[in-house]
Amino acid sequence: MFYPLAGVRHQSYVSDSKLFPVPTDRNLLIVLTVAAIAAPFLLSSLYLNSYVQPWLIWTALALGLNLATGWAGQLHLGYAATMAVGAYAAVHAARFGIPWEFALLIGGLAASLIGSLFAFAALRVKGLYLAIVTLAMQFVMDWVLNHSPAISGGSHASLQSPRFALLGQEIASGRGLYYVALGWCALVTVFMMNLQRTALGRALVAVREKDYAAAILGVNSFYYKLIAFSMCSFIGGIGGALLVATFFFLAAPEQFSVNVSIQVLAMIIVGGLGSIIGTYFGVALILLMPGIANEIIANLTSFLGLPLGNETLAHIPTTVYGALIIIFLLVEPLGLGKLYANIRDYFLVWPFDQFKK
Amino acid sequence: MDIAYVSELAVNGALTGLLYSLFALGLVLIYKSSSVPNLAQGALTMLAAYVVLALSRQLGFPLWLGIAVTTIIMFLAGFGVEKVTLRRMAGRPIVMILMMTLGLDIFIRGSTLAVWGGTSRSMELGVSYDPLFLGPLLLSRINLAGACVAIALFVAFLLFFRTRRGIRLRAISDDYVASWSIGISVEHGVALSWGMASVVAVASAVIWGEIQGVDQSLSQLLLKGLTVAVLGGLDSIVGAILAGIVLGVIENVGASYLDLVVGGGSRDLIVAAVLIFTVMLRPHGLFGRHDIERV
Repeated sequence: MFYPLAGVRHQSYVSDSKLFPVPTDRNLLIVLTVAAIAAPFLLSSLYLNSYVQPWLIWTALALGLNLATGWAGQLHLGYAATMAVGAYAAVHAARFGIPWEFALLIGGLAASLIGSLFAFAALRVKGLYLAIVTLAMQFVMDWVLNHSPAISGGSHASLQSPRFALLGQEIASGRGLYYVALGWCALVTVFMMNLQRTALGRALVAVREKDYAAAILGVNSFYYKLIAFSMCSFIGGIGGALLVATFFFLAAPEQFSVNVSIQVLAMIIVGGLGSIIGTYFGVALILLMPGIANEIIANLTSFLGLPLGNETLAHIPTTVYGALIIIFLLVEPLGLGKLYANIRDYFLVWPFDQFKK
Repeated sequence: MDIAYVSELAVNGALTGLLYSLFALGLVLIYKSSSVPNLAQGALTMLAAYVVLALSRQLGFPLWLGIAVTTIIMFLAGFGVEKVTLRRMAGRPIVMILMMTLGLDIFIRGSTLAVWGGTSRSMELGVSYDPLFLGPLLLSRINLAGACVAIALFVAFLLFFRTRRGIRLRAISDDYVASWSIGISVEHGVALSWGMASVVAVASAVIWGEIQGVDQSLSQLLLKGLTVAVLGGLDSIVGAILAGIVLGVIENVGASYLDLVVGGGSRDLIVAAVLIFTVMLRPHGLFGRHDIERV
């Protein structure tokens, strides 16, 4: 119906490594891109800047973590720490008077430098122990942020981000900030889509599947783990800087606590490890669903005449967020990306799905 | 600094450390039977403290009866959590299992706070706050009482692992496929260890609730408990006791010196540093089993 072809057959390596083996996928992406560019003229600024824009920024961040965890298979519970490094480095650079383009780059490079330290943990341990040691590094970073006035201004202080500007143009309008987020998210998405087609991407997957086996095939697993962590941190650093520069407008240590690391990990697991489209869905679900569920529950109980206390309402989003993680892991461990792939596979051969077997 | 001051810090640190061991015992029990790192142990502890308070304040139970009933409730809760969630995760990659326990942690924490609210309340065990003088040393009574509870529980569990049922659990922890093939119910054993870990959570909830009040901060004991468990070797009960004492002493003595340098709050830093160094230098801990990986 949607896909006028019955299966995908490759006759050469070039066609196998094509970005879009199915033309409909490309057309769908073009439609979505046009919709995303037109969004500021279709949506109210409330929706645009409090739902769509954070969704895009967090998607770019989650794609970065997906590179390390989904592609290279390295558990990473300290992602928020690299975001913090990027954000603080960029904001300090911008406050110093460096233009934002370079400030963002400085943030990304600083984050990738610090983030590479995580790779040295990955050289020694993996799996559960890697998760524990990255978690401990996250706690160390939290501590450093809270206890060094030179970086963050102290434990309960926040650092004002200067006005955002690109190419000398100051960007202050909601639409402008949305386009910045869209541009960055599109850039990361294109990078990740192409990564799958390169030798680097295949090496990362080989390390994920079994690092010893990859080493036997001549893939230097430590080198690729280092690459994975530093690329992931680079994306995380710039993402963290953009989060502060275009959405929060100030940097505070609480924005990069361990809960944020867990939240980004939850996004990519609900979305599907190693799935790009799934990351978009997962971020939308984890970021927006708790608030929406809270509103539904609040309206429902007031409609039924059972008003809930303020404190109860304040904690319902957390409960819903935890429940979403549990339900997804039980029902569809491969995440929303897999659900999408199932639907796509069904329509790919429809109405001749009897040939699929 | 003089030796009396340092020894006082060390003894009090060791007592606090035994309370960390009490928390870590829950982690060790579950890891031992199923190799699942239970990151929801902090949330279970917090839930237990709230249930004790709900029974004794809202329903008017005497405190001892409230604790006893909570023990039963939490045993069943732990049993149920394993049955509904973790059992289906068996054999999945570790990232999924970790995320499941993190999801449980968030869910239990959120729903507990949604039901009972987040304001801090006290446990009121009736232990005096007057310090206890032991020669030149000043000890905290509640820490001493907690340390006694911890040691009693450790002895109880060491004895338990010598009973028939305990030997089955040890077999499961050694090799669950082999245990399965000789007719040991692995599912039952793993569920039992979750139940026992939840009972341990009640003990640490009561003691820690008395020390730092019943609120969300109880779930943040997880980092210290995890450090103790990893340092002791994740699957060793004796390791957990000794690692708790070691961590307590390092933390208390180290913080008193380091605080002067960095200006306070260095406890968490010391704990995180111990955790990092343990994993980097000796991942299997002091007494843990060193697993050899097959390619």
